[in-house]
Amino acid sequence: MSADQHTPVSISSVSIDDPHMQPLARNPRRMEQLIAVAMFFGLVSFVMFGFAYWVNWPAWTFGVTLGLGMVLLGFGVTAWGKYLMPKGPFVEERHKVASSDEQRNAFAAAVVERNLGILGRRKVLGGLAGAALGVFGVVAAFPLIRSLGPLPKNSLKTTDWKAGSYLVDSTGRPVKVGDVAVGGIVTVFPMGYQDTDNGQAVDQTVLIRLATTDFTTRPGRESWGPSGYVAYSKLCTHLGCPVGLYEQQLEMLVCPCHQSMFSVANGGEPTFGPAPRPLPQLPLYVDGRGYVRSQGGYNQPVGPGFWERS
Amino acid sequence: MSSTTKKSESPYGPIGDKLNELDDRLGVARGGRTLMDKIFPDHWSFMLGEIALYSFMVLLATGIFLTLYYVPSQSLVVYHGPYLPLRGVRVSQAYASSVDLSFSVRAGLLMRQMHHWACDIFVGAIVVHMARVFFTGAFRKPRETNWLIGSILLILAIVNGFLGYSLPDDLVSGTGLRIAFSIVESIPLVGSTLATLLFGGNFPGTMIISRFYTLHVLLIPAIIVGLVTAHLVLLVTQKHTQFKGKGRTENNVVGAPMMPIFAAKATGFIFLVTGVTALLAGLAQINPIWQFGPYEAAKISYAVQPDWYMGWLDGALRIFPAWEWTGFGHTIPLEVFIPALIIPGIVFTIAQVWPAIEAKYTGDTAMHNLLDRPRDRPKRTAFGVAMLSFLFMLFVASSTDVLANYFHISLNTMLWLMRVLVIIVPLIAYPVTLVLCKELQQVDGAGKRKRPNVVIRTTEGAYETVPADLRPGDGHHELDAEPIPTFIDLDPGAEEPIEGSRVVTR
Ligand code: HEM
Ligand code: FES
Repeated sequence: MSADQHTPVSISSVSIDDPHMQPLARNPRRMEQLIAVAMFFGLVSFVMFGFAYWVNWPAWTFGVTLGLGMVLLGFGVTAWGKYLMPKGPFVEERHKVASSDEQRNAFAAAVVERNLGILGRRKVLGGLAGAALGVFGVVAAFPLIRSLGPLPKNSLKTTDWKAGSYLVDSTGRPVKVGDVAVGGIVTVFPMGYQDTDNGQAVDQTVLIRLATTDFTTRPGRESWGPSGYVAYSKLCTHLGCPVGLYEQQLEMLVCPCHQSMFSVANGGEPTFGPAPRPLPQLPLYVDGRGYVRSQGGYNQPVGPGFWERS
Repeated sequence: MSSTTKKSESPYGPIGDKLNELDDRLGVARGGRTLMDKIFPDHWSFMLGEIALYSFMVLLATGIFLTLYYVPSQSLVVYHGPYLPLRGVRVSQAYASSVDLSFSVRAGLLMRQMHHWACDIFVGAIVVHMARVFFTGAFRKPRETNWLIGSILLILAIVNGFLGYSLPDDLVSGTGLRIAFSIVESIPLVGSTLATLLFGGNFPGTMIISRFYTLHVLLIPAIIVGLVTAHLVLLVTQKHTQFKGKGRTENNVVGAPMMPIFAAKATGFIFLVTGVTALLAGLAQINPIWQFGPYEAAKISYAVQPDWYMGWLDGALRIFPAWEWTGFGHTIPLEVFIPALIIPGIVFTIAQVWPAIEAKYTGDTAMHNLLDRPRDRPKRTAFGVAMLSFLFMLFVASSTDVLANYFHISLNTMLWLMRVLVIIVPLIAYPVTLVLCKELQQVDGAGKRKRPNVVIRTTEGAYETVPADLRPGDGHHELDAEPIPTFIDLDPGAEEPIEGSRVVTR
């Protein structure tokens, strides 16, 4: 054991036939041949990669030729290191990371004396420098953070739905009473907002036509669903995914994100999953020419919860 | 030494002269030799950190390629590329350029898919590396700082993965962004303000893609590079830990030197990691954004699947009860805030302060360079297994719908099953691991290299089993370690050195 006699350049007693200097491979010649074959085919594979690029073969051939080349070359180089180089093991001393006591004391002395002795002597200057930096920090936060965007104000609480808004589909076509088949569902927007980013994101509403025409989703909403039509905000009250699935048999809206279910005939009440609140319902009426329109906006913020929501 | 050419100052000929010139200016000799002699202990589990490092290198290389074509803008253009189903559709520039990368840029699809696969491998390797550091106690004094750096790296890797996932602006990534907005919104008091500041207004706004782009390609990678550098510098100064074994003590390192052995293995390993990533990218499709279509806020893909490392958060959001709190004119969406922010917050905080918790609990403040076998620290191991099983059950919970379908049980049963399992499985995993560790401690030779047993018939006719003698070559781990030789043969008169090794004989 020579673990205790460490010098970086050791005059080693290792000789050619020392077991430490032998390769790990039992049969180094065979191993060398194997590695050579792997490296050769790696090289061929790289050539193929170049060729594949040149003649623009299908995309998957790029990955396969490049990958094979890399894997073969990688195997070769790794095996060379592992099986053909001296197998060791070799040893090295750990030197202590910590400094000597003298060095530690000198350092501590400098930290303590210079801070207290020299910086600490001018308390006013130190205080002023600190205060100035503090003010700078606060002031700098304004351009850095406050400028990033507007405050939420009412933007999370309102939508573009107003009294009398026409319901239009994503192409902008207003929905008339006969347009939706019984049991059918269509995504609607207030007219004029169907291709705005915000309209898509906050105004999106599902319009469903139920088989029964004289139903009430909830007391007080007797007049909200004319001719079997009901409309709910399409924003899941859990995390705002579009509630895009309609289970016609169960009369349930299902959110594909975390499977919250909302009962259409029951005021959008959540019956399953993590959504905490019913989907807000949009009050509808059918005007004299047969167009489906909204009696007013939503009576509460749509989508997921947030602090300012009451 | 006698026969070196007289023209050279250095006994090592012209190369030695060049090196001396270099050393005069940069002082490379002392450090260079120490570095080449640096010993790396040999154990398969020490490669896990390396896989993380190399897949990060693949990420950087492929990522730089992607920036040459990707356009981080939400302004709309009409798609005219070769992918027919999208012709004439109005899509964002971000989406159009990502589809172009897949179809119009030669080798672009390879780079996109390699980048995505490398990210999945990167986060996976970090997690497994972290587990190895945890279960072997490599985080104990003096390595607490490196543990802390490492766990911050894990968070950054996950965050950057999510940011990158959002960039193509396809239907799936847009849904992810919507969820991210809602999660920020759920923070009490400041949530909605933070959300509108981050997105530059109410969701979706027009800025989020370009903002996420800067974060994804500049800020977070720069921090990761800095922290990885610090991680590796610390590793070199503190030297690597090693498992107990013949000749290995708290005060030495036994293994293979940097040059040429470790360098060869590591270089080969870089190629291997790159190769596997390229093969995956060639053969296994990942994130086919052209099939998902462009993002439209009122549409949703039923294939919403976050990357695997987001699964546990998705699972937590799925099974947490709908406990929204309202009162005093305010709302706290606990059903979002707790699973999406509090639970991960607790998990990461426990991870970060674990070295301190353990030192406090055991009173052990000594330096440790020798690793524990997991069984020898039953409580730590049991805690780690319990924590991993908790996270794994959350991950499973992100597929409740698929599982319910598969086992033909109702979604409701599945939901309650997962709610119970998430709590029960870790509670069972803890004592079971504890007992297993204690049992294993008593098994002699378990985990050691297998040696055949020989059955011997004694002269009395009885049978006895004894371990066979080591075959030549098998004993490699049993050798006493030697100091690093110079490897260099200075005596031209010596016989041909054997292959693969050159030695000084003095
Ligand atoms: C960007 C991600 C990371 C990279 C590139 C990385 C890279 C490495 C490498 C190459 C090593 C030496 C080889 C090994 O022991 O596996 C290492 C060691 C280490 N890593 Fe990481 N790592 C990462 C993340 C982490 C994480 C998440 C943790 C834990 C929270 C961690 C904690 C450590 C510790 C304590 C060591 C020293 C181990 C010892 O000396 O035994 N690292 N890292
Ligand atoms: S977003 Fe609808 S259930 Fe989570």
